[in-house]
Amino acid sequence: MQQNLLEIDDLTVRLPEGRAARPILDGVSLSVAAGEMVGLVGESGSGKSVACRSVLGLLPERARTDGEVRVAGRDVLTLSRDGLKELRTRQVSMIFQDPRASVNPMRRVGDFLTEGMRAAGVPAAAATDRAEELLDAVGIRDPRGALRRHPHQFSGGMLQRVVIAAALASRPSLLVADEPTTALDVTTQAEVIAILTRLQAERGTGMLFVTHDLELASAICDRVYVMYAGRIVETQAATDLFDRPRHPYTAGLLACTPRVEPDAAPPRPIPGRPVSLAESPSGCAFAARCAHAQERCSVEKPVLRQYDGQGLAACLRADEGILL
Amino acid sequence: MTAVTAVPETTGASGLVVDGLRKEFGGRAAVEGVSFTLRPGGSLGIVGESGCGKTTTARMLVGLETPDAGTVHLGGRDRSARARGRAERLARAREIQMVFQDPYLSLDPRISVSACIEEVLRLHFPLDAPARRRRVAELLDQVGLGEREAAALPRRLSGGQRQRVAIARALAARPQVLILDEAVAALDVSIQAQILDLLAGIRRDEGIGFLFVSHDLAVVRHITDEVVVLRAGAIVESGPTTSVLTSPEHPYTRLLLDSVPRPGWDPARISAGRRALA
Repeated sequence: MQQNLLEIDDLTVRLPEGRAARPILDGVSLSVAAGEMVGLVGESGSGKSVACRSVLGLLPERARTDGEVRVAGRDVLTLSRDGLKELRTRQVSMIFQDPRASVNPMRRVGDFLTEGMRAAGVPAAAATDRAEELLDAVGIRDPRGALRRHPHQFSGGMLQRVVIAAALASRPSLLVADEPTTALDVTTQAEVIAILTRLQAERGTGMLFVTHDLELASAICDRVYVMYAGRIVETQAATDLFDRPRHPYTAGLLACTPRVEPDAAPPRPIPGRPVSLAESPSGCAFAARCAHAQERCSVEKPVLRQYDGQGLAACLRADEGILL
Repeated sequence: MTAVTAVPETTGASGLVVDGLRKEFGGRAAVEGVSFTLRPGGSLGIVGESGCGKTTTARMLVGLETPDAGTVHLGGRDRSARARGRAERLARAREIQMVFQDPYLSLDPRISVSACIEEVLRLHFPLDAPARRRRVAELLDQVGLGEREAAALPRRLSGGQRQRVAIARALAARPQVLILDEAVAALDVSIQAQILDLLAGIRRDEGIGFLFVSHDLAVVRHITDEVVVLRAGAIVESGPTTSVLTSPEHPYTRLLLDSVPRPGWDPARISAGRRALA
């Protein structure tokens, strides 16, 4: 069997006593294969960012963890300092939402791009050449000139390309992107996504794409995981998820997203609000907002189960094929 | 191909009539020749990307910026010249209210929800304390908040609840026009749909005109009747929302539409289109 690049295996993350009533991640399992584009979708507080940061061994302070996060077979959570450094510099790169928060405003873009390569022992001239190539690959005009400029001389979209270039500098096998286009204009988002998907396909990089935008995830990913209140509630191939959601939360997310097509129905809100960290509902966390909830839904915790096809859903009524 | 300029209605007496608005920052025009009309109780979208001048336009309408040229009339009265005296300033503030994008920044963290709304009432209406309290409860009820939220400080509330407070505060002044500047952009989708629902209900019940400033065409499609598309400070296209979004005339509008992610979406083609247009 082919080994997955990334395997998060039954990961549970708890904040220290008194800071939260429920685990911020509760038995999360997901995988990314080489060359695969995997989406992780959820609203704020769903735990999607915590899950994706765990891949780099970045966890909330004093958090207790159970389970494993394996990158190329090695558990990240038990790595030594040196092991983590090696992981972060060579195997996994991360792109964050706000490019301005990712680069040092006082340093030139060239320094930012070559820093990692220089630390890895690449000679200065070779690192500069490589940085130029990378900037060219992400569609920055006059890459040589760009190396000498400072971050404030770039627009948000251009700077996010620089950040992507830097993330690719170490030729990582896995790229983790946490809402990389959320702060960008729609047309810029399209361009940045085009660059990401092209480079990902060319280099066979595995990618975990974290977003709140189910529509975007379905448009670009091979598979999508949907998270709610720290748990994965559904996973399917992107096209199936869009056409035949299995979990009422996924269906609800699709129905409440405004659509631009001329014949689209008006967005239908999901009542209530997401579960906060101070609440720990017994049974299904979505039951209080779910139109199809029965008595047992607020008692029994649904586990992820396979229904027809490849998808998994954590809903006690998923086999009935209900939709919101 | 067709240069579109929205011609303001010549009647000019009713609604919000904006004509030839212009604003420069540091010698560069941020807004240039922007004209449109929002009929009473209507809903108009101002769409565009960052830097297109949509927020500057909104700020000129409420009086947070003074236009370098052009006029703004509401109900036939000119509000583009500097207000003379406190009474006129208050009257203008009452007519047009604004809800901002970030509910984490637009509420004073030290003031409870009910006090924040009461302040607006005290400023604009000669109500006694019990009447004010009744009105506060009524306004909060209208936006779906209860007594518990009324007593709370903003930090105890979620983003969606805060945005409800901001809407209640705006409604407190009984405005004729509500300017919503990216008012649902920062909210989670499931909450965003709730607020859109709430806004649609308010418009139906109160007959308040909406000026909906947004970058999100899908949201604009569902909440506005008419739309103007701004690019680099100027209107490139305007008209009824459905026709602009179904058969856009200007290539930029088409590009914006194509950029909305959906299944079968081709970002590479969009970026090619974007470069062709630049």
